[in-house]
Amino acid sequence: VWSFVPDVFGQALNGLSYGILLFLLSVGLTLIFGMLDIVNLAHGSFYMLGAYAGLSLIAVTGSFWWALLVAPLAVGGVGALVERGCLRPLYRRPPLDQVLLTFGLVYLFEDLVKWMWGGRIRSIPSPDLFSGSVTIFAATVPSYRLFVIAFGLAMAVALFVLIERTRLGAIVRAGVFDAEMTAGMGIDVDRVFTGVFAGGAALAGLSGVIAGPIQSAYPPMGASILIPALIVVVVGGLGSLKGSFAGSLIIGQAETFGKAWLPGASMLIIYVVMALVLLFRPQGLFGRPLK
Amino acid sequence: MISRGIGFAALIGLLGVFPLFAGAYPVKLLEEILIWGVFAMSLDLLMGHAGMVSFGHSAFFGVGGYIAAFLLKSAPGALAALTLPALGAGLCALVIGLFSIRVSGVYFIMLTLAFSQMFYAVAFQAAWLGAEDGIVGVPRPRILGVNLAEPMSFHVYLIALCALAALVLWRVVRSPFGHVLRGIHENEARMQAVGYPVNRYKLLAFVIAGVIAGVAGALYSQFVGSITPDAFLWTTSGEVLLMVIIGGTGTLGGAALGAAAFILLQTLVSSYTDRWMLILGLTFITLVLFAPGGIVGALRGRVGLRA
Repeated sequence: VWSFVPDVFGQALNGLSYGILLFLLSVGLTLIFGMLDIVNLAHGSFYMLGAYAGLSLIAVTGSFWWALLVAPLAVGGVGALVERGCLRPLYRRPPLDQVLLTFGLVYLFEDLVKWMWGGRIRSIPSPDLFSGSVTIFAATVPSYRLFVIAFGLAMAVALFVLIERTRLGAIVRAGVFDAEMTAGMGIDVDRVFTGVFAGGAALAGLSGVIAGPIQSAYPPMGASILIPALIVVVVGGLGSLKGSFAGSLIIGQAETFGKAWLPGASMLIIYVVMALVLLFRPQGLFGRPLK
Repeated sequence: MISRGIGFAALIGLLGVFPLFAGAYPVKLLEEILIWGVFAMSLDLLMGHAGMVSFGHSAFFGVGGYIAAFLLKSAPGALAALTLPALGAGLCALVIGLFSIRVSGVYFIMLTLAFSQMFYAVAFQAAWLGAEDGIVGVPRPRILGVNLAEPMSFHVYLIALCALAALVLWRVVRSPFGHVLRGIHENEARMQAVGYPVNRYKLLAFVIAGVIAGVAGALYSQFVGSITPDAFLWTTSGEVLLMVIIGGTGTLGGAALGAAAFILLQTLVSSYTDRWMLILGLTFITLVLFAPGGIVGALRGRVGLRA
């Protein structure tokens, strides 16, 4: 009678690890949105860049752990350049211009990656330490997934502490709430903008490195992960860290169980979740009420 | 006004006789430009006039294309080729609009984007729609007894419909309804205060744009002879947005010019190098940064960007 338990448990863990990846991705998206009022379509590209940077760093250093450390920093640097070089001149323009600029970046980055690494799917090995699998409640789970979950939860806690409990976090939250007023209080919001954008990009890059051994690296991965990440932000509420966490876990589970139980309509499920949330809570689960 | 009418008629005539003194390839390119031009103009009604930036306009293009492709395989007539695709796309626009028009700005961009991807998900997985391969072998219809499989008659049919779509959009933009839309664009709160049911106006604009985009999609699947889920892809919405921007928002003709510039650029670049995405991406970034008014804006010396 209880034979479905291992299967459900295994799927739930898969969903959790996918949700964690989405969380790392959507944190940056939601904070950038809240603070700069930008939908950063190139956010998926940072994820893709993270995966490919990870691929090369593993090849060069021979260690997944170096890749995990260095790739996000590199992607964060790219993010800082993008914010300083391209987005900054557009802050006084209508939001559409910024969206279109990031759209141009999607093409640019995807083609650069094709150029440098080729268009084929490249698989990325799990680190030796987590290459096996473990059995929990009669479910066989790759130990790398457990690592992803533990690491992601640790990152989530660290982010909560950083955003909710530190002075820097207070500045970021103030910026999300009202950037103009924050500037009026004598805070150099320009630097905070760059920092948040670079930090968000670094987290997306981190998500890409971690996703590598699970999903491999392929050029369109950035454009396709962007949509679930956007849905997470809509479901969770724009600009909300809590919302992005809750939304990620919900969407992660919905998509994973959809693939297992409704293979013919699995892609549709996350949209159904989004539509339901919008019907009953248009501002998202943790969003501020809409004007 | 009269001179404009004469100019428009002359342009239509010129486009109509184009195949008489051009090869098959330039004609194909022209037809592609016309279809995307209609698609871009329908988006400009939303963006340039009502101020609603939709990043999900591919939904209606794709719905129109899929309905036409699906129905034409069994009943190649006007109903399948145009009427039902237009109605279907309009209905989808009504539903998505009800969800999306309550919000504005960047949130509207996100919602429309997400909803258009929903159609992608459905088309990608639905076996009866050919799943990821889409619908192939779409026949061209017979309309009013004319067999449109013949290239010249299809060309005339295409031109007639594109001209009709352009005229409809032009009438809408010039009507009192269009003026209200521009008022909403300028200052939504004031229009609300004056007593206009703002959301109903926005919804109607969304539906009209959806219907026209559906017609463009239906024409596209007849033109190519197939349709794939990629028609729904969010990058398709992005590309049509760029066409409008390249041409200049708020000027219907600008949107069509933008479509021409986009397709010619894409064709030109991809014939020289595999790196066309890179070059397109760089071009768009440069355009957004340095030429915000688009082609029409540049022609007007960056004054009076609105129609």
